[in-house]
Amino acid sequence: MKYIKTLNGKNLKDTLAKGGCGECQTSCQSACKTSCTVGNQKCENSSN
Amino acid sequence: MLKRAKIHKYFLNNKYIVLDINSGGVHIVDEIVYDILDLYEDSSLDEIIELFINKYEKTNIIDAYKEITSLVEDGLLFSDEIDLEFDYNSENIIKAMCLHVAHDCNLKCSYCFASQGNFKGERTLMSLEIGKKTLEFLAKNSGNRKNLEVDFFGGEPLMNFELVKDLVTYGRKIEKQYNKKFRFTITTNGVLLDKEKIDYINENMDNIVLSLDGRKEINDKMRQTINGNGSYDLVLPKFKEMVEKRGDKDYYIRGTFTNKNIDFSNDVLEFYNQGFKKVSVEPVVTSEEMDYALRKEHLDDILREYEIFSKEYINFKRKDQDFYFFHFMVDLSQGPCIVKRSVGCGAGSEYIAVTPEGDLYPCHQFVGNKDFLLGNVDDGIINANLRNMFKNSNVYTKEECRNCWAKFYCSGGCHANAYYSHGNISKPYKLECEMEKKRIECSISILANLEDE
Repeated sequence: MKYIKTLNGKNLKDTLAKGGCGECQTSCQSACKTSCTVGNQKCENSSN
Repeated sequence: MLKRAKIHKYFLNNKYIVLDINSGGVHIVDEIVYDILDLYEDSSLDEIIELFINKYEKTNIIDAYKEITSLVEDGLLFSDEIDLEFDYNSENIIKAMCLHVAHDCNLKCSYCFASQGNFKGERTLMSLEIGKKTLEFLAKNSGNRKNLEVDFFGGEPLMNFELVKDLVTYGRKIEKQYNKKFRFTITTNGVLLDKEKIDYINENMDNIVLSLDGRKEINDKMRQTINGNGSYDLVLPKFKEMVEKRGDKDYYIRGTFTNKNIDFSNDVLEFYNQGFKKVSVEPVVTSEEMDYALRKEHLDDILREYEIFSKEYINFKRKDQDFYFFHFMVDLSQGPCIVKRSVGCGAGSEYIAVTPEGDLYPCHQFVGNKDFLLGNVDDGIINANLRNMFKNSNVYTKEECRNCWAKFYCSGGCHANAYYSHGNISKPYKLECEMEKKRIECSISILANLEDE
């Protein structure tokens, strides 16, 4: 494309099928302890 | 019926950025696309051409329009809301704990939400008996989850360090029995660190959170010893030694900013200059009446500070990729699934806090508030209504979140922030929302600059 560069083309909808396994880190255990930040976590489900 | 926005677009750090709210699509676009997007859904191509013909060439407008259409067809622009029906944690699995091994502290930080360590109660230490029961409780209630998280917290957990060591040993013993993997972490103010503790923690803790506030003068105003002296000079060398010895293992040096240091990027950079590469400096959580509290009148300055710092951060990252500011980190490609993004931190359901007496609360910030007592390690969760209230609070059930472009990044925000600002966990804390939205915009603009080179 000439006018658009897509940084993320993965559709969240597609994560629904194998999502919700619950193995990822609890967000508050990372650094924050006072502010919920989820978007910076990693998925730990290798099949997703 | 309210028409919910499907995209969010903004210009920051020389990039036109478009977020497709429901798919999670992120696009860097040219100005022509940025302009057309305002009209795309409700206007024909001819109308768009007519409107922009004095600004752009007709063929360029047509080409840009086609590119937008292509992404719409791929489901990455103007995508519809996902009708997500999920029965969140129906098995009531618990997989993470904040273990309050000491309700006591050797600092008296002014802004401490734990009331200088005791959470407005007695100064107490957790016993080995309660600690063991707690780990067993977690293992037994974790269903099919393999990875279990235990954060040694306080007060100050090093005031009960023998228990920490005993529980790590015990955890390693029972994880085989239950086929689990405990990930231990610790959050400490560093006062009691010595060589032995540093080595032990570095060997046994998957992550450590080191509490300090950046610049010495800022730290020493808020983080004082029991005698009223500043703690900076006491703690800094210990944290340096710890991080130098830690190698590649995770850590965060974590500070708090208040209205006394809205120029908090200077604290982040002070950490960096002292050799710390993984830094978090976060807004204070407190009642608005406190003189150091962040209030509405500070918001513009805070948002400006995030923007200014994001520009500096891009330059730092170009020179040093190993520098991380926690709130400017976002994982676009391997981030969490939509379920995780909808339910957020899991407090009160997957994640609970345990007091020295073995009482269970939805998270560390609710500890001591009897209205939020969930149960105890002997009897388990007794207050199922309370658990359900937390389980049912997500970006789909919170009206303000459902209408917000940032919902799949912040995941509804912090329940405790919401409760302590409005007395209701379903109503997000506006000030935090505005800060979080700015941080997301900054984070993505940083990526856009770094990946577009």
